[in-house]
Parts: sequence; C-alpha cells; structure tokens
Amino acid sequence: MNKTMNKKVLRTPDEVAKRQGMWLTIVALVILYVALFALDNFIKPSKFTLMLIPVLKKGAIYSLVCVSMNLLNGFTGLFSLGQAGFMLIGAYAYAIFSIPAAQHASVYQYFDGGAIQFSIPELLSNALGANFGSFLGAVICIIIAGLAAAIFAALIGIPVLRLKSDYLAIATLGFAEIIRAIFQWNGLGAITNGSNLLRKYTAFSDMKIQIGSQVFKLSTTFPFLIAMISIIIIVLLINSSYGRAFKAIRDDEVAAEAMGINLFKHKMLSFVISSFFAGVGGALLAMFQTTVQASAFMSAMTYELLLIVVIGGIGSVSGSCIAAFLYIACSEWWLRFLDSGMLPFGNIQVSFFRDGFRKVVFSVVIMIIVLFFSQGIMGNKELSFAGLIRKIKAKKAAKAEKAQEGGAA
Amino acid sequence: MIEFLHENFRYLLSGISVGGQYALIAIGYTMVYGILRLINFAHGDVFMVAGLIMVYAIAAGLPMWLSIILVLVLTVVLGVVIERVAYKPLRSSPRMSVMISAIGVSYLLQNCALYFTGGLPRSYPSIPFLSKQITIWGATTKMVTVITPILTLVLIFALVFLINHTKIGMAMRAVAKDFETSQLMGIKINSVISFTFVIGCFLAAVGSLLYFSNYTTVIPTSGAMPGLKAFVAAVFGGIGSIPGAVIGAFIIGICENIIKAFGQDWTVFSDAFTFVLLIVILLVKPTGIFGEKATDKV
Repeated sequence: MNKTMNKKVLRTPDEVAKRQGMWLTIVALVILYVALFALDNFIKPSKFTLMLIPVLKKGAIYSLVCVSMNLLNGFTGLFSLGQAGFMLIGAYAYAIFSIPAAQHASVYQYFDGGAIQFSIPELLSNALGANFGSFLGAVICIIIAGLAAAIFAALIGIPVLRLKSDYLAIATLGFAEIIRAIFQWNGLGAITNGSNLLRKYTAFSDMKIQIGSQVFKLSTTFPFLIAMISIIIIVLLINSSYGRAFKAIRDDEVAAEAMGINLFKHKMLSFVISSFFAGVGGALLAMFQTTVQASAFMSAMTYELLLIVVIGGIGSVSGSCIAAFLYIACSEWWLRFLDSGMLPFGNIQVSFFRDGFRKVVFSVVIMIIVLFFSQGIMGNKELSFAGLIRKIKAKKAAKAEKAQEGGAA
Repeated sequence: MIEFLHENFRYLLSGISVGGQYALIAIGYTMVYGILRLINFAHGDVFMVAGLIMVYAIAAGLPMWLSIILVLVLTVVLGVVIERVAYKPLRSSPRMSVMISAIGVSYLLQNCALYFTGGLPRSYPSIPFLSKQITIWGATTKMVTVITPILTLVLIFALVFLINHTKIGMAMRAVAKDFETSQLMGIKINSVISFTFVIGCFLAAVGSLLYFSNYTTVIPTSGAMPGLKAFVAAVFGGIGSIPGAVIGAFIIGICENIIKAFGQDWTVFSDAFTFVLLIVILLVKPTGIFGEKATDKV
C-alpha cells in the first residue's frame, strides 16, 4: 500500500466509533481526576464528603481486587479462593517496609523493635524531600507488596494448578488460611508482629505533591491512580494473545491444549499476575485502613469479593468495577439507614431495622442475583463509550430506515 | 511413653471427641458431593444455625427434650429448603454457579445469624447428661467427650446399613454413580437428593448438639471453621466415601489437638494444619484414601 492509498482509506463506522469512544474516555478520565483532585484540596469537608471520600477510596481498591479475581475466575476459568491470602501478603509486605524507623520500638513493642529497622518511604524522603520521597517510597512498597504476593503464588502454583475446579478452590482457600496462620505466628513476630497490629506506616493521607511552594493532597487521587494503572495493565493483558489463550482455557481445557496452548504456563501466568494485583490491592487496603491485622483477612473476605465479581458479571472488567463501587457505596453509605433504624425519608422508626439488617438485605439481594440474574450487571460484555456510540448510531440508522420505509409506503 | 501419653491424654481425648463431631458434619459434605458434585459451603453454617436454634429454643422456655427434637427437625427442614431454593434451580448450570450459590447461602445464613444475635456470642445451654464432669485416667472432661465417638460410630453404622441394604440407599448409590442414567431408570432424583440433605443435616444437627456442649458459645462464624475442616476430612478420606470421611475427621480432630499440646505458640497452626494435610493429600493422592479414580472424558 502506498502513502496516498493509506490516507484515502475511509474509516469504517466501527473504527470511527472506537476513536470517538477513546476520546470520550480520555475526557471522562480527565474530568474524574480533576474532580478527585478538587475533592482532596479545594472542597470543604462536609457530612457529604465525609461519606463520599472513604467510599471512593475503598471502591477503587475493591475494583482492583475484584478485577484481579475476575482475571482468574472469569477469564481463565480457574476457580480460586485464595484472594484474601494474597491481599494479606501484600498488605503486610507494604506495611513492614514502610513503618518509619523511629516508630519500630512502639509498633513492635513485644518483639524488641522488630528485625527490619528501615523504612523505604523514609529513606527516600531523606534523599528526595518529604513529599516526593514518601510518594515514591509508597509506590515502591506497593510494587514490593505485589511481587511478594506474586512470588508466593508462583511457589504454590506449581502444585495447586494441577488441580481442577472445586479441588483448586478448596486448595487455594486452604493456602489462604495457612498464610493467615503463619502471619499470626509469634515465631515470626520480629517481622510480622505476631497477632498484633501493624500501624503508623505511610498511609493515603501522607500522599502529597509539591508544585512550586504549594503542597497538594492526593489522598483520594492516589488509590484511583494506582488502581487505574493496574486495571489498564490487566485489560491490556486480557486483550493480548495471552488473554485469548486464557479464554480458550476457560472455554475448553482439552480443546485449548489440542490447539497447542501450554496449559500450565498460561494458568501459572494468570495466577501469578492475578496474585500480583491482589497484593497491590492488599497494600492499598492497608494504606486505607492505616492499621493491618492478619486476622481480618478471613475466607469471608474472599467470598465477599467473589460475590462482587458475580454481581458485576463473571468475565467483565467494567462490570467488576461498577459492582465494587455499588457494593461499597451500598454497604458503607446508602444502606446505612437499615442499621440505624431510621428511614431516610420522614421520621419513622422501624423496630426491625437494627444492627446487621443491612447485611441481611444485602445477602438476600445477592442470592436473587445469583439465582435469577446469573449474568450479573454486565454479563461478559464491557461498558465502553465506543460501544455506547455504536449502539446510538445503530438505533439512529434503524429509525431512519423505518422512516424511509414509512415514506415509501 | 506411657508417661507422655498420660500427660497429654486430655488432648488425645478431646481430639477424638472433636474428630467425632467433625465426622458427623463431614458426612453431610461427602454425601452431597457424591451426588451433586457440589461443595456445599453452606453446610457449616447450617451446623451453626442448629446451634442457635437450641439457644433460642431454651431461651423461649421449652423443655430440653422438646428443644432437642426441635433442633433436629428445624435443621433438616432448613437443609431441604436450601436445596430446593438455592441448588435445584441451578441443576443444569455450570458447577461454578452452584458453588457460588452455596457461598451466597453461607453468606446469607451468617448475616441472618449476625442480625438475630446482634453479633454477641450466645452461650449454649448445658444439656444435663452431656455436660456432666467426669475424670478418666487423670484427665477431667465432660461426658460429651466420651459420648461423641460412641454416638458417631453408632450413627455411622446405621447410615452404612441404610445405604447398603435399603431401597432408598440403593437409589442414592445409583444417583451418585451416574446422575442421568439413574434418572432414566425411573429413580426420582429430586426426592433422593432431598433425602441426602435430610441425612446430612440431621447428622450436622446431632454434631452441633455435641460440639456446642463442648465449646459452649455460638457466634455467627462458629460454623465456618468446623465446616471447612469437615470438608477437608471428606476430601482426605476420598470424597463420596463415608468411612473415608469418618477416618479423615478423626485424624484431623486428633492432630489439631495434639498440636495444641506443643504449647501456646503453636495453637495458631491448629487450624492451618488441617489445610496442610489437605494440600499434601491433594498432591499425593488427589482422590483421597478411599476415593475412586475419576477419568476425564472428552
């Protein structure tokens, strides 16, 4: 093809829609980040933002963790229930390497100040200035957290990935429980602080950026940034040839093997990458909570994540994100009134609205979704601007055609 | 040797007792798995609900014998209702969605329990005969410790008899062997499956009477761990095999208590050990001790 031909090639409507969709996505993201940045710095805290900000942070974290779980369960068809374990490794790896040296004595008070006597964010702060240093340090610690989870996944993947469906589920669940026990063991207390909390490490509120002499906070922007980058990487992976191999394995293992896909290699890849991002998610969760304790990462947490993935649609990245935000918003904010016993409208006191009623309503809704809407919100489709444009255009074309037909008649 | 055994006799004793309780739960898992190929994640929570029913029945002022009967009946009803509502509509769906449904039911039961108890641990009423203190070979324990293994074995022999020598037992074996063919042979699949849940939940209810007489508090998550351990026991013994599940349960119960004997530092591993055992058996002999080898059909 020569140059003039290249220029002349008319784009198909599909390509046009894709291009327009991409621009719209970029615009939407810019608006989102401007809004988040404003929320962090310029908008006065009120009752509304006090509820909104934690929901946004936790929603972003859960989106990432659910997408990473979806990569494994929805796209590769490996029914793994070890997510909480990998998040635990991530959270601990992050916390251990970012507790400031001066705080070690008080955090590890039962273990003589612990074994690790440095903190990456602190070292970098000394070298590069407080704001940039702790930002970079936190990012490095997050990557370490991901790597720690990934290495562990690679180790247990060798035996575990030979198992199929429910055996795999129960074995990964088992490993998550073993991890939890190891991190609570006093024998490793010098590193993990035994069954005590880890705290005082770099958190979201320490994320600041200095422009000129002005210091801007990034406490809500930061989790979104990390989660978005991670999810984009996962999406790129899913759309690559590896991703197609994952889907082939999901649809039919035997057929995939017959087509020359190395089952073990691809399963391992999916498992390790999913665990890496679960670790990153765990690190973010640790930053969000400002304290971390191994006993919180129970198998119930994995179940919760799995249910979010199901609500969003197994095999849909955007579905997982939507469901994660919805789930967090409902459980932490919108459905709070079910626990407090007050209806949001009027002043009616309802006697059976008491602690825990929210969760009952929630689990009933989840059961209804599982039983009657097993596709979830998105099924295995993706929500995108390109798709939306295509749909609108198709509708318009259909309308025009109908009008023409009407005119002809 | 004798000295050592004597010193740690109480751990061994409570191990055998817990093992028996796990065995009663494990049978529910192994039978359901044998027939539906489903890990019934909600089974442990059914066990917990059985505990709560007892707590509330006694709190309502019912006499002991009536409460016990109520526990047995209501637990069985609960199990059958769960099967009808949550598993039956998904019978032709992929296995993963049934498993997700089971996890959903488990979540629902735990949250309902959380709502009704208000998150507070409820103390289990002491059943006069079971809670009596006795001393065997220098180890003080409750009567339930001795009763459990005996009762477990009696129930299991009854169950094995039922499965091997009655018509419904034969139907269950047939369904476990081949779901579709047995349907073609005129076996009413749905009633067989319901019956399986009846047996499983009945045994879980008996297990809960024994287990909570020993541990005395019921919280919404107190079914989760015993449930998982019982499932591991079922896998260990070869899923679908009743003697396998029982042996697996006793091994797990005894081992986790022996670990407690090592000292305070090791107690965190008493739960994890079960899973180590699981992983070892899955790697060495994935079908369990008594499991049949399954072949992949293309």
